Amino acid sequence: MKLLEHQAKAQFRQAGIECPMGRLAHTPAEAAEAAREFGRVVVKAQVPIGGRGKAGGVKLAGDEEEARRAAEQILGMDIRGFTVPAVLCEEALDIARELYLGVALDRDRRSLVVMLSFAGGMEIEEVAETSPEKIAKLWPDPFSGPHPFEIRQLALDALAAVGGEGTLPKSKLLAQLVPLVQNLYSLCQRLDATLCEINPLVVTSEQRLIAGDGKVEIDQSAEFRHHDLVKELGDDQEAAASGDDPLEVEAKRRGLTYVHLGGDVGVIGNGAGLVMNTLDLVKQHGGEPANFLDIGGGAKAEVVRNALEMVLLDPAVKGIFVNIFGGITRGDEVANGVIAARDQLGIRVPLVVRMTGTREEEGRAILEQAGIVPAVSAPEAAEKIVQLVAAQGGRR
Amino acid sequence: MSILLNRESRVLVQGMTGSEGTFHTEQMLAFGTRVVAGVSPGKGGSEHLGLPVFDSVQEAVAKTSANVAAVFVPPPFAADAIMEASAAGVELVVCITELVPVNDMVRARAFLSRRGTRLVGPNCPGLMSPGERAKVGIIPNQNGQEGPVGIVSRSGTLTYEIMQALGRSGYGQSTAVGIGGDPVLGLSFSDVLELFAADPETGLVVMAGEIGGADEERAAELIGRGYPKPVIGFISGRTAPPGKRMGHAGAIISGNTGSAKSKVEALERAGVQVADTIEQIVDLVKQRLPKPAAV
Repeated sequence: MKLLEHQAKAQFRQAGIECPMGRLAHTPAEAAEAAREFGRVVVKAQVPIGGRGKAGGVKLAGDEEEARRAAEQILGMDIRGFTVPAVLCEEALDIARELYLGVALDRDRRSLVVMLSFAGGMEIEEVAETSPEKIAKLWPDPFSGPHPFEIRQLALDALAAVGGEGTLPKSKLLAQLVPLVQNLYSLCQRLDATLCEINPLVVTSEQRLIAGDGKVEIDQSAEFRHHDLVKELGDDQEAAASGDDPLEVEAKRRGLTYVHLGGDVGVIGNGAGLVMNTLDLVKQHGGEPANFLDIGGGAKAEVVRNALEMVLLDPAVKGIFVNIFGGITRGDEVANGVIAARDQLGIRVPLVVRMTGTREEEGRAILEQAGIVPAVSAPEAAEKIVQLVAAQGGRR
Repeated sequence: MSILLNRESRVLVQGMTGSEGTFHTEQMLAFGTRVVAGVSPGKGGSEHLGLPVFDSVQEAVAKTSANVAAVFVPPPFAADAIMEASAAGVELVVCITELVPVNDMVRARAFLSRRGTRLVGPNCPGLMSPGERAKVGIIPNQNGQEGPVGIVSRSGTLTYEIMQALGRSGYGQSTAVGIGGDPVLGLSFSDVLELFAADPETGLVVMAGEIGGADEERAAELIGRGYPKPVIGFISGRTAPPGKRMGHAGAIISGNTGSAKSKVEALERAGVQVADTIEQIVDLVKQRLPKPAAV
């Protein structure tokens, strides 16, 4: 779950991290009001995706009228598939320099990493790619969190990477960074976040460090510990998330692990690795997968029916490839389950089923009699479904 | 021989009295695994499946000398269960549980690394050493067949598919290890490859990776420095779009890391033959390991 900037900053403030004064505006009038209160403001689109500035979703406004006009332009704008439901109007900071500070999951080290760079403001992925030495890193002990001496070293390393030129005096930098990093790190842990990022971390002309932007991503697996936040943010985000794929929203409602991919060959299988491989096979045989759908271990008839129904909600689907590793599940049971689901749902598109399991030959015979195409191997099944879909005028 | 698990391994099951724990403990016993105890806090002193149940791992270890723990407890309690097993001196912990919060795993990893405990998983099918009649986890028993192939994979069902396909061609396994589909895991591909390198029974290794992270690239670096046995690679998710989680929490391409292309190229640079299909894995194994073990 990704928080919007204003939501992330509400969390930052609670954690003792300084942010610019600001308010959320849903109308141009509210934006003008913010400008009356704060003076020169930055009007920023609230969408859960990066690259807002480049898309024209961030504008500087010198007075109320400019703020009104900026909000008019930005509200309702489409930014990479997301319609802007609200803008954050914040006092414009007097920027002396922009730093980068982030706490993120480092999969390689199996740890959270704190990253600090004086090359902030730009895409940190780009800095990481082109000049990784400019990002200083710290992997704190997750039980103690970062110690002050470690944070000072991190700051000194980041400074050294830019030749010691840090815009503000070293003592002021260190004094502010120690509590800031500690607060951001513990916030990341408390929220079960995989990312808590401040980019830019603004050095103001008054030599203060203020969070110019905020990005927080909460681990999906930990949402059960943050019911209140999920509910609060869920309501708030519904409008912002209108760019979400409606098929994926429906799949989530049905409790299915589904990703919409845009092709015309529906894919269902059990096990994430198995389904990924099935998609690869469809593509190798010249087809375009419509979706990823993992029904998990086993192959219960009810789950198979739900999955088939889900795949068919996508009007582009011209055929379905079901790939089931049965294990101890009986092949004839899987076959009968698929046939029942097809009849109940009135499925007309071709179905190719490849399955393994005990009594798989019997399962294949049952399928064939019912007009469903059985296959022994997954590549053979991929070839068949791609041919059948092509025969119906699908992509080839 | 085998890696990690053998006929001497004494296994305790955390969460044995739950439905998953019960079913899979029965399956482990049927396979021949020496399951010696269950742990369910609050149910100590009872018996389940003819095995003693203890309130704590410490007590279970003291009374039964268990040295391997299988974790079948629900996600909110899984990391704690892993650390409890480590604190009690268990050498190998296998966590089957899916959807464990990633920050919990970061803490558990730090806790385990101080004690030198090995962890497989979480969100994994566990491991099986067929020649030793030992399995910990949920790999279907009928897929186990003794032989010279070491298997290490991030996927569950795909591992079973590979075991079955190789088995039908007469190639069994020394040990099959599912390391799990999460972003923060215990043993990595490299860790398991090093263990297979030292195992005289393992003649060849099949390594099945997928998109996300850089464990496959790290393994390629290890192999590139000189690996004593042939390795056959396999990467799922070649058609996965960036930024989308493909089922497994860890199967996501983020920014410039984690693409299948990067992994295939890294492995090929290290001299690993990468198969496109499971059928091709079998063909490559036949080429590189011409004498199948006696079936």
